[in-house]
Amino acid sequence: MNIVVLIKQVPDTTDVKIDPRTGTLIREGVPSIINPDDKHALEEGLRIREKFGGTVTVLSMGPPQAEDALMEARAMGADTTVLVSDRAFAGSDTLATSYALARSVLTTGEWDIVLGGRQAIDGDTAQIGPQTAELLGVPQVTYCIEIEIAEDGRSVTAKRALEDGYEVIETKLPALFTVIKDINEPRYPSIRGIVNVCRDCDVQTWNAKDIGASKKMIGLDGSPTQVARTFAPEPKGEGLILEGPPEQTTKELVKHLREKNVVRVR
Amino acid sequence: MDFALNKEQLMIQQMVREFAQNEIEPIVAEYEAEGRFPEEIIKRLGEIGILGMTVPKELGGGGCDTVSYTCAIEEISRACASTGIAVSVNNSLACFPLLTFGTDEQKAEFLTPIANGSSLGAFGLTEPSAGSDAAMQQTVAVRDGDDYVINGIKHFITNATVAEVYIVFAMEDKSKGTRGITTFILKKGDPGFTFGTIEDKLGIRASIQAELVFEDCRIPASRMLGQSGKGFKIAMMTLDVGRIGVASQALGIAQASLDRSIQFANEREQFGKPIGRLGAIQEAVANMATDIEAARMLVRYAAWCKDMGKPFSKEAAMAKLFASETAMASATKAIQIHGGYGYIKDYPVERYFRDAKITEIYEGTSEIQRLVIALNVLSGK
Repeated sequence: MNIVVLIKQVPDTTDVKIDPRTGTLIREGVPSIINPDDKHALEEGLRIREKFGGTVTVLSMGPPQAEDALMEARAMGADTTVLVSDRAFAGSDTLATSYALARSVLTTGEWDIVLGGRQAIDGDTAQIGPQTAELLGVPQVTYCIEIEIAEDGRSVTAKRALEDGYEVIETKLPALFTVIKDINEPRYPSIRGIVNVCRDCDVQTWNAKDIGASKKMIGLDGSPTQVARTFAPEPKGEGLILEGPPEQTTKELVKHLREKNVVRVR
Repeated sequence: MDFALNKEQLMIQQMVREFAQNEIEPIVAEYEAEGRFPEEIIKRLGEIGILGMTVPKELGGGGCDTVSYTCAIEEISRACASTGIAVSVNNSLACFPLLTFGTDEQKAEFLTPIANGSSLGAFGLTEPSAGSDAAMQQTVAVRDGDDYVINGIKHFITNATVAEVYIVFAMEDKSKGTRGITTFILKKGDPGFTFGTIEDKLGIRASIQAELVFEDCRIPASRMLGQSGKGFKIAMMTLDVGRIGVASQALGIAQASLDRSIQFANEREQFGKPIGRLGAIQEAVANMATDIEAARMLVRYAAWCKDMGKPFSKEAAMAKLFASETAMASATKAIQIHGGYGYIKDYPVERYFRDAKITEIYEGTSEIQRLVIALNVLSGK
């Protein structure tokens, strides 16, 4: 089973600041991570490999520093990592990016399954997976919470999480799946994995020529999207969200209420 | 001179930080309250290679350097000092002597399982009458044909009941003093080897410290680690490494104290503003942050010396002394900054205070660290 996983490096924050003048994200000082949904896609790929054998190839399109995300993917257990990077890709919208990723998937050679996260936490478009599937001409199943591959390694039953319920889809490979975070619990990279990748790093880089990309299809030329304006909505009053199991959040809540002198506990 | 961590050290630090925050932090209060050993967490840490970090990969370890190891112990202890010491003891006090003094057969049989996370190791030096005066070993080993017969009691032994492999020191020839001490490898289940009292402690309550009891415990002579009579030297060399681990643990407790103090100082309002805007609180936080940074430099320097193959006995003692005293001072200050909230169990700072104290005591008290440092300094080292 040759598995290709698409990952994106994103800034690690849920409250990314937007520069009010330019309308672009302020990335300075914000650490970068593998997009959370994509990490679940990688985990799913590693699990499929553990069951069926084969290889996991991780592709990421981005600037040279996206190599860090690929190193982490490698430390988690990916066999091959490729950074798809070229100045010619600058200004690509989701269509041009999907085109470059589809070309990259084809460049890996024989592949059976493409996995990606539902969407990235910086752009939130959820368009890359579906568009890449269309460009590859394979079936797509999005919002997967379960991916079951039959013993013969050909057909797949996937469960999609929708707003009002679940949908179970059966399809044949090759196909592309996007996953949500409930599908699995990503592993931590091991010490040995980190040591191996840092001492013997072989992140390959493919440019536009390497993937046989047509110039008209990438960068600004290949991007029909016109962004008129981006802006940060007016912030609401600061709230506090407690997360975790109810026993813990209840304790936390009581603690905060006591602190604010809202309640007294006898 | 380069003070920055390299890519590998940063990735290890980041990975362990995420593990500690996501997997350990949410459950630590419960485990500490119940005094329950975090078996599942230790197992998972073993799976990602945290139990034999600096052991070469071919022997089942992670193959990383000591600086990375200090980062890992700091991050784990920042979430849970009990887990920190269980991991530190396995790495420093069990893996290290086996790796350094073990034969190939001993490494295969005893080191690999505790380095690859299959089981845990422990270190039995301390006895009721041999604490800081470790040479006063009452446990005796008598050669009998191809065997050794061991009798005696070790106490305060970390990981005692949950370990499988034990590095144990015993007096073979009392007339030779420290040169009469020999090191042995014991296994759980060896005939005549049982456990005594499990200690009820002020802090690090989720870690286990207990007695090892040897009553005519018979083991083959092949279990001798290193040479006969070299035990004291092995113990002292091992404790030098252990001190880097405890110093890292102390650093983690100190950092956690600072983390919580910063959070509280920014959130808590008195006199119409966050208390972090009050000069008294600012002074406390500034002193804490400075001491912690100084401690971190000492810890990483000691680890770096070890990685470079330089002598590090004095450096490890300095790191352990300063980091543990910084942990105690930081935890004390953290409670003061929290006021009444710091004194109750709803906040973790009272736990940091209880946990910090042990770092000034075990693997050589602060007094012993000063002795080690003074002897080094006075002899021109």
